[in-house]
Amino acid sequence: MRWRRKSKDWAKERLKLVLAYDRARLSPGLVENLKRDLLEVLRRYFPAHEEGLSVALEERGEKMVLIADIPLR
Amino acid sequence: MRARAIVVTSGKGGVGKTTTTANLGAGLAKLGEKVAVIDVDVGLRNLDVVMGLEGRVVFDLIDVLEGRAKPRQALIRDKRVENLYLLPASQTKDKESLDPARFQDLVRHLLEEEGFDRVLIDSPAGIEKGFQTAAAPAEGALVVVNPEVSSVRDADRIIGLLEAREIRENFLIINRLRPRMVARGDMLSVEDVVEILGLKPIGIIPEDEQVLVSTNQGEVLVLKGTSPAAVAYLDTARRLRGEEVPFRNLGLDSDAQGLLGVLRRLFGGR
Repeated sequence: MRWRRKSKDWAKERLKLVLAYDRARLSPGLVENLKRDLLEVLRRYFPAHEEGLSVALEERGEKMVLIADIPLR
Repeated sequence: MRARAIVVTSGKGGVGKTTTTANLGAGLAKLGEKVAVIDVDVGLRNLDVVMGLEGRVVFDLIDVLEGRAKPRQALIRDKRVENLYLLPASQTKDKESLDPARFQDLVRHLLEEEGFDRVLIDSPAGIEKGFQTAAAPAEGALVVVNPEVSSVRDADRIIGLLEAREIRENFLIINRLRPRMVARGDMLSVEDVVEILGLKPIGIIPEDEQVLVSTNQGEVLVLKGTSPAAVAYLDTARRLRGEEVPFRNLGLDSDAQGLLGVLRRLFGGR
């Protein structure tokens, strides 16, 4: 069951994302660039598509991890 | 709080640091503590007008730090409540002379030799030298945050800086909460802010027009009012002293809450 998405849910989601970058002292644009470079490298080995490729920071307890999700087909 | 030297800070400006400092200082004094509130926002002095003491400023913080005045000469005694004193910031003097080590000595002097129970330090906005100086003597911090993205982001930054300085007894003051907006999902709730920042609240202050009214009059709300913010500030002062004071239901219609509660139960989650 999904209600109208509340504006505070946007706020919360955006904050969590921006704080993950802030805390890791990374700029979101840098990760975008990494994503582009990663795609380039991936393509040397197998056909990879930008579609569905996601690279994001995630907080796991005290640790900050970079998660790359690479769909192969 | 065990901390006797407490910095009131936020990163972002305009979230209610000065009002919070004035009200908690007055609240603690009302509860029997001898309190000094210190304005460290050199060049942008405000705690004096918020407290209605602007007409009595003779010496200021820089005069004390540079030895032109003794702490006792510069401290302005608030006549409306016992044991509340203001040390105003300088409005004109060079803030370069605001030396963290000297400031630390001053706060220690007030606590150890002038008989103060508590010193509340009103930090300037930002994360620069003014904040660093304000935080230098602090054993604990109150991070004032509005339930709003920019304020929460800046609060997170400040919390990181406090931890880096090994200031560990830190709490949130969630200010300007609008229960109705929270109820309809258009404002981050207390739980949201606490979850994001990972710090416990010690005060939840609802948006209240009486804050501005009392500031207009140079009155400190907590000493006069019975309005929601006045009550919330006094509750917060009690918690600072270690009393167990439950958080109040902030004027939400019991109706709306009840309905929401029922919906939550029915649909499991939000």
